[in-house]
Amino acid sequence: MYTKKKRVFAHVLPLANIRVSEYIVLVRNPEHCCQGSSLLQTGHSAKRPQLWMCRKGWTPLIFANLSYSSKDQVTIHFINRDGERLTTTAKEGESLLEVVVNHNLAIDGFGACEGTLACSTCHLIFDKDAFQKLDAISDEELDMLDLAYGLTDTSRLGCQVCVKKWMDGLTVRVPMDVSDMRKQLEVGKQSKQ
Amino acid sequence: PAPRVLHWGGCFWLAAAQPPALYFPQLQTNVAGLLWPFCPHPDCDFPLPQHHGGALVDIYEKLPVPFGLVRFGVAPDHPEVKNVTNTFTQTVRSERCAYYGNVTVGRDVTVPELQQAYHAVVLSYGAEDNRVLGIPGENLPGVYTARAFVGWYNGLPENRDLKPDLSCETALILGHGNVALDIARILLSPLQLLRKTDITDSSLAALACSKVKRVWLVGRRGPLQVAFTIKELREMINLPGARPVLDPADFTGLESAVKDAPRPRKRLTELMIKTALEKPVEVQAAAAGAAAPREWGLKFQRSPQEVLPSADGRRARGVRLALTCLEGSGDSAKAIPTGAVEELECGLVLSSIGYRSLPLDPAVPFDSQRGVIPNSSGRVQGVPGLYCSGWVKRGPTGVIITTMNDSFDTAQSVLEDLQGGVLDISPCREGFRLVESILRSRGVRPVSFSDWEKIDAAEVARGKAAGKPREKIVDPEEMLQIIGH
Repeated sequence: MYTKKKRVFAHVLPLANIRVSEYIVLVRNPEHCCQGSSLLQTGHSAKRPQLWMCRKGWTPLIFANLSYSSKDQVTIHFINRDGERLTTTAKEGESLLEVVVNHNLAIDGFGACEGTLACSTCHLIFDKDAFQKLDAISDEELDMLDLAYGLTDTSRLGCQVCVKKWMDGLTVRVPMDVSDMRKQLEVGKQSKQ
Repeated sequence: PAPRVLHWGGCFWLAAAQPPALYFPQLQTNVAGLLWPFCPHPDCDFPLPQHHGGALVDIYEKLPVPFGLVRFGVAPDHPEVKNVTNTFTQTVRSERCAYYGNVTVGRDVTVPELQQAYHAVVLSYGAEDNRVLGIPGENLPGVYTARAFVGWYNGLPENRDLKPDLSCETALILGHGNVALDIARILLSPLQLLRKTDITDSSLAALACSKVKRVWLVGRRGPLQVAFTIKELREMINLPGARPVLDPADFTGLESAVKDAPRPRKRLTELMIKTALEKPVEVQAAAAGAAAPREWGLKFQRSPQEVLPSADGRRARGVRLALTCLEGSGDSAKAIPTGAVEELECGLVLSSIGYRSLPLDPAVPFDSQRGVIPNSSGRVQGVPGLYCSGWVKRGPTGVIITTMNDSFDTAQSVLEDLQGGVLDISPCREGFRLVESILRSRGVRPVSFSDWEKIDAAEVARGKAAGKPREKIVDPEEMLQIIGH
């Protein structure tokens, strides 16, 4: 028997302070929507009704006992190599690498060594003010940053920077790599033609 | 075959649709075949050119086991670097990716045959050979290449019977790169540290009887030209039970020379200077568990001229080195012999002067001088549909990020060619179906990824008993037995 339940789009969830037992959450494609997948990852159970009609491209999931609090949620923006802005909410204390991984953000090859200071693939660029407020950098982190592409004066490794409350609304940039340089040149060439 | 309906979703899927095989750094004889498994039909859901999801990638590997250098090159005491295998495993487990081990491309199946079976073929087989010194005495017992020595302690099947002679006190490593530092560290590390790693049991036993207590790393050029990186140097300086011996005279005037150098070179040089000027600390011999304190040092501007034989001519007893001076500066500085020579006594000589790629197949062009496949951004010159990535494309240097970026660069070329119509995916290609029949006719039975997982489980189980992350199986026959081939 179809009963009308309250519907909400997944991307607005973090902004709402929801504590209800059942909601229909509309996600684009559960595996690939960061909010949807993060909800799935946090262990909320979900069922996908077969018979329901839904707007094309949106998949309804029912979350039972969903309790989503905006406490300890810090919004971080990542500008990826394509210039795309990826916004997500993080918990205080999570490293920026964990944020990218846990929320399945579209940043290729991020965190290859899984946060063990054995590579520089989680290299992130901060703006000057934010950079000054970060915790002190260790020799070990400096050693690995030395090998990073596009190193700047405000570069850090994401696995060594932990989310703090003051970072709410922070924007960080994923540096360009060799293949990005080529893409840029290509785009430049095409626009000249 | 019915066209496969493409699953394209949000930007995540597309961004992650880079041919995943290219991310594998330097797998030995690793070749990836890319296949777009549909024939364009007006009625089917043809993907938009920029949505390249739908590519199937097959990876071919010479050994039964995957991962190449991550398994056989990275030192046993660097398990963090091996974390990348988790990402690789995830990639291979994707339904669009398949792994076929125990297939030697160039012998079991040729590159032209692969090009028949796939729309695009990527060669990323790395550098399995090494540069030679080209000096007399190079083949004396007691002289080994770094590649063979590293292969030995890392369980590479072809090096399992190396049996290096570790009965001398002094070892000489020719080369100033990270591999040279790795070898020095393995030779001098306290056994209780090595015991907990995935170093092979037989190497551990050999190192337990080792008499080596002094290791010199000798390079042709100066401190400003060292190729090793600061993390590895710092690790060596802090090695328990071993004392660094650096001559302050080698570093005079360098502090000001690097004042305006790029940060990596500056910090590396400053660390060497600091270590050279520090008062020697009493090394706790007990910390090493060794009878006497061990030491290691860097020697600069010395080029090997000859490996000197013992009186009976049966083994190495030392090396004659030509003293050099530097012409030019920075990375392009050249070492010119001055005419002066010196002799260094040692019983173990390890040549760590760089790896080298080998030509794979007559159908693939190869630049023997540079030791790479001639290419432009990963597109093999003169052979459409053939690409290369990694060390065989750029030369044998680089860490995780270098090779990863390089793979993305080649992937970018493949995708550009696809979008630009240069790569023609209209003819139906059969992929592994075709290769399988070729392999069967040649009596070759490939190893699947789930087969590897059985071998993996066996290694981990064996290691558990000894408190090691794994006990590597070094005999390919044994590997095949475990999976029932």
